[in-house]
Amino acid sequence: MAPGTVLNGCPHILLPSSRGRAHKRFCELLPPNHRSVEESLQARVPFQQILSLPELKANPFKERICGVFSTSPTRDSLSFEDFLDLLSVFSDTATPDVKSHYAFRIFDFDDDGTLNREDLSQLVNCLTGEGEDTRLSASEMKQLIDNILEESDIDRDGTINLSEFQHVISRSPDFVSSFKIVL
Amino acid sequence: MAHKPELGAPQMAARTSVACSQLQFPGDRSRRKTSKKQTSKAEGTSGRHRAQSGQKEEAGGNLRPGSPRRKQSERRRRQEELGEQKRSPAGRNLEGRRKRDGKASFRGQRVPPEKEKEVPKEETWKQLKKHRSTSLASSASGGESLSEEELTWILEQVEEKKKLIATMRNKPWPMAKKLTELREAQAFVEKYEGALGKGKGKRLYAYRMLMAKKWVKFKRDFGNFKTQCIPWEMKIKDIESHFGSSVASYFIFLRWMYGVNLVLFGLIFGLIIIPEVLMGMPYGSIPRKTVPRAEEEKAMDFSVLWDFEGYIKYSALFYGYYNNQRTIGWLRYRLPMAYFMVGVSVFGYSLMIVIRSMASNTQGSTSEGENDNFTFSFKMFTSWDYLIGNSETADNKYASITTSFKESIVDEQESNKEENIHLTRFLRVLANFLIICCLCGSGYLIYFVVKRSQEFSKMQNVSWYERNEVEIVMSLLGMFCPPLFETIAALENYHPRIGLKWQLGRIFALFLGNLYTFLLALMDDVHLKLSNEDTVKNITHWTLFNYYNSSGWNESVPRPPLHPADVPRGSCWETAVGIEFMRLTVSDMLVTYITILLGDFLRACFVRFMNYCWCWDLEAGFPSYAEFDISGNVLGLIFNQGMIWMGSFYAPGLVGVNVLRLLTSMYFQCWAVMSSNVPHERVFKASRSNNFYMGLLLLVLFLSLLPVAYTIMSLPPSFDCGPFSGKNRMYDVIQETIENDFPTFLGKIFAFLANPGLIIPAILLMFLAIYYLNSVSKSLARANAQLRKKIQALREVEKSHKSVKGSAMVKDSGYTLKGSSKNATQFQLTKEGTTLHSSSQSQTPDQKAQGPGTSSSAGRTSLSTTKHIPVSPPPRDSGQPLPQTHPWRSASGKSARRPPPDN
Repeated sequence: MAPGTVLNGCPHILLPSSRGRAHKRFCELLPPNHRSVEESLQARVPFQQILSLPELKANPFKERICGVFSTSPTRDSLSFEDFLDLLSVFSDTATPDVKSHYAFRIFDFDDDGTLNREDLSQLVNCLTGEGEDTRLSASEMKQLIDNILEESDIDRDGTINLSEFQHVISRSPDFVSSFKIVL
Repeated sequence: MAHKPELGAPQMAARTSVACSQLQFPGDRSRRKTSKKQTSKAEGTSGRHRAQSGQKEEAGGNLRPGSPRRKQSERRRRQEELGEQKRSPAGRNLEGRRKRDGKASFRGQRVPPEKEKEVPKEETWKQLKKHRSTSLASSASGGESLSEEELTWILEQVEEKKKLIATMRNKPWPMAKKLTELREAQAFVEKYEGALGKGKGKRLYAYRMLMAKKWVKFKRDFGNFKTQCIPWEMKIKDIESHFGSSVASYFIFLRWMYGVNLVLFGLIFGLIIIPEVLMGMPYGSIPRKTVPRAEEEKAMDFSVLWDFEGYIKYSALFYGYYNNQRTIGWLRYRLPMAYFMVGVSVFGYSLMIVIRSMASNTQGSTSEGENDNFTFSFKMFTSWDYLIGNSETADNKYASITTSFKESIVDEQESNKEENIHLTRFLRVLANFLIICCLCGSGYLIYFVVKRSQEFSKMQNVSWYERNEVEIVMSLLGMFCPPLFETIAALENYHPRIGLKWQLGRIFALFLGNLYTFLLALMDDVHLKLSNEDTVKNITHWTLFNYYNSSGWNESVPRPPLHPADVPRGSCWETAVGIEFMRLTVSDMLVTYITILLGDFLRACFVRFMNYCWCWDLEAGFPSYAEFDISGNVLGLIFNQGMIWMGSFYAPGLVGVNVLRLLTSMYFQCWAVMSSNVPHERVFKASRSNNFYMGLLLLVLFLSLLPVAYTIMSLPPSFDCGPFSGKNRMYDVIQETIENDFPTFLGKIFAFLANPGLIIPAILLMFLAIYYLNSVSKSLARANAQLRKKIQALREVEKSHKSVKGSAMVKDSGYTLKGSSKNATQFQLTKEGTTLHSSSQSQTPDQKAQGPGTSSSAGRTSLSTTKHIPVSPPPRDSGQPLPQTHPWRSASGKSARRPPPDN
């Protein structure tokens, strides 16, 4: 059975060509003796493998991305469907709504459904990198988060929820063009 | 249903109905069984009787307790009742779960309700099948199709499912769920779609559905095919992953430009050049298509051809080659008319495509005006470029994000205190003065050079430098002025973003000034040539006259016509202009390539290989690698396009040259970027300035339209070259065509349309429309702001109420522990809470009107108020942590985080 027959009619938005490419890339992550089509559709790839993909390697949110898209109970591996999910969300054709929804979940580090101060400070740390020289000081961090909450926290409850987040994101000119990963 | 973030209304409805039908299912089944039995019994007795008339069956059916219609309505009612009951406990259960493990994972919250949902769905299936089978059983015997209500119900369901299938992609669900949902929906649609048609219509309906499905599939395949046909996709993606989206945006712009030029090329090539080559008079038949005798010797030399003189000048690439014959060839193709119309449509098409892409760009970002409100949030949430796959770029990006954070913080802190404003002002004025001097100087230089080149062109034996002086000077100015401007701009001490805008504006002014001085000088030349034209005309006539009437020839034999190469002719100014533009384009291209080779590639090679034996680190230190200059490249591209637009009327081959140029520069620059450039130190986003570039393009298009329109409208065409020779003005060709080729009434209509009495009101009307739309958008923006304010005020009130209540609860718990006499204060506090609450209600009468449940007990208020906030969707998986049931966490946490605002 070719991967196409399994995947045809899938509701994800990748094109057939990129679907095939995705499958190929996915198989490359599997151990060599499990690379048949049947097995590859069942198999789960652990995070370490996924994170070593060159497209994700430099991304500061790579762990979060994998965590959000994983459907396994222990959340430490991706099946092919999850992998396709990931790619379709990060593809050109995904709608801004879907993209912003997943962006929200990626930024929501503690998975509690809102972006609170801890999430935001973790996000800032991700964005400024690991290096000591690029890290923000505590007062800068506080100032920054205060400003962000001032801007986006419309209902003033001290956290940013999904709708507020999407409200902000929908006004951003760059988000859709930069929230992309291409294989 | 608290777990679905993106539920559309139809899905919601579908789901509730599903859940409800599951609830009433067991009872229903038993009833149905009985009804079935009854039906079969009834069939046994009077089945044949009813089989003959449908109406009778229906009438009888109404009497029977288990008849489908009755059953249906009954079920509907019960669904409604039960649905309400079911929904609320389910919701409450969910909320309870949320509270119990407040920080449980998303997934944890999402999974159980899904399961809940899967089950009912299957049950509906069975139920539906049963339902159908009963109804079919009854109807099969009766030869009657489904009853109306069933039909409408199925129709609704099918429509819902179809909508679900169509919008499946827009749901943020995991793949497995999408798959199951999709399969279910598809199966449902497939099963019941056929049932909708009646009798004969059934087959037709099925057929139509089949065709629709095929059509959808075809459209999808075609879309896939189209996306696969986009050229250089992988190249650009490669660049994207190395340099981020900003550099790639230049290449996307280049590709877009290539597409536009390809269309223009097709237009010009297909409608002008090919007909002329195929059907026009061949080379050497008339003077304008022949190299003059004086130039013949050198006409094939490379140095001459390189200057677009010689044979190239007398080819279909330039205006002068075309004949003014009204029709050519057996097709009777009206070439002059076609030439004019293509010239106009080149501008028309470009204008249209630029404006369209601008509009599609603005549609993505909903409101430009509000962007300033979210500077920090944008930096936070959208600054990471997920395309970056290169660790070096990623490091740069980290650094740039950090600096931008720090900058914005500093900006925010120091926005109020301006230090030494006088010095800054002085420096800015000085910088602008210097730059204006530079601009004027460069303008004068170009004017001087062009004037000098006209003198050179009269002389013989000019050196290579003297011949190409104009192009060299223009390219050098374009190369050295921008860095000079940048140095001067350092005086001004602007914010980098504003500085970039100024820099772009100045380079733009430089290019534009240069181009227009060039044009002015050229125009002088043209006027000179035009004034000489009369004398040339006389000379030509005189020569021909002399030739035919000269003595010493046998009078009886008619003289062979004068060889076209010997006919004296005027200096065709249109071709001269075309040649200037052609040379400018080519030299521009060469300078660009040489700059890339020298400035980028050789520098990279030097840095890379000399680094082993140099006293300091070349890669990190002074020369380092070049960065890709996005704005400079984009501006260069835009100006090049401006030159193409200007020149294409006088040199139809120019667009072809430009297509070649863009093609080569695509490959060349892709290679250069990947091989010898490093990512930007300050990675900035190009998409923000995308429309800015498009706006510049539009401006350039407009500015390049002006001189062409001027020459067409007010200068007489040359008398002996080009498709319009012999006419007073170029646009006379339209009049001619209308008079000769169209019926008279059409001519009258055109004359009427051209009447200023009609044009001026039309323009006025357009202005009014613009004014109206503008005011509408303004008022909408105002309404938006007002709504926002309303939400904020509402939340403030609600939150203060919450926090007061929360602190009361805290006190309450403290009271039970300590057993002290805080009774009075607590009482007061609660009282305050209730008064506050009532005030919040009185403040929002419109909300109250919307939801009558709002004015219930104090405990429910906050929930119901949140429900009726117009903008934010109802509390789902995020949002409000449901204060009334968990006041502890939310209220205390909140009061710790932020002091309650005092009203």
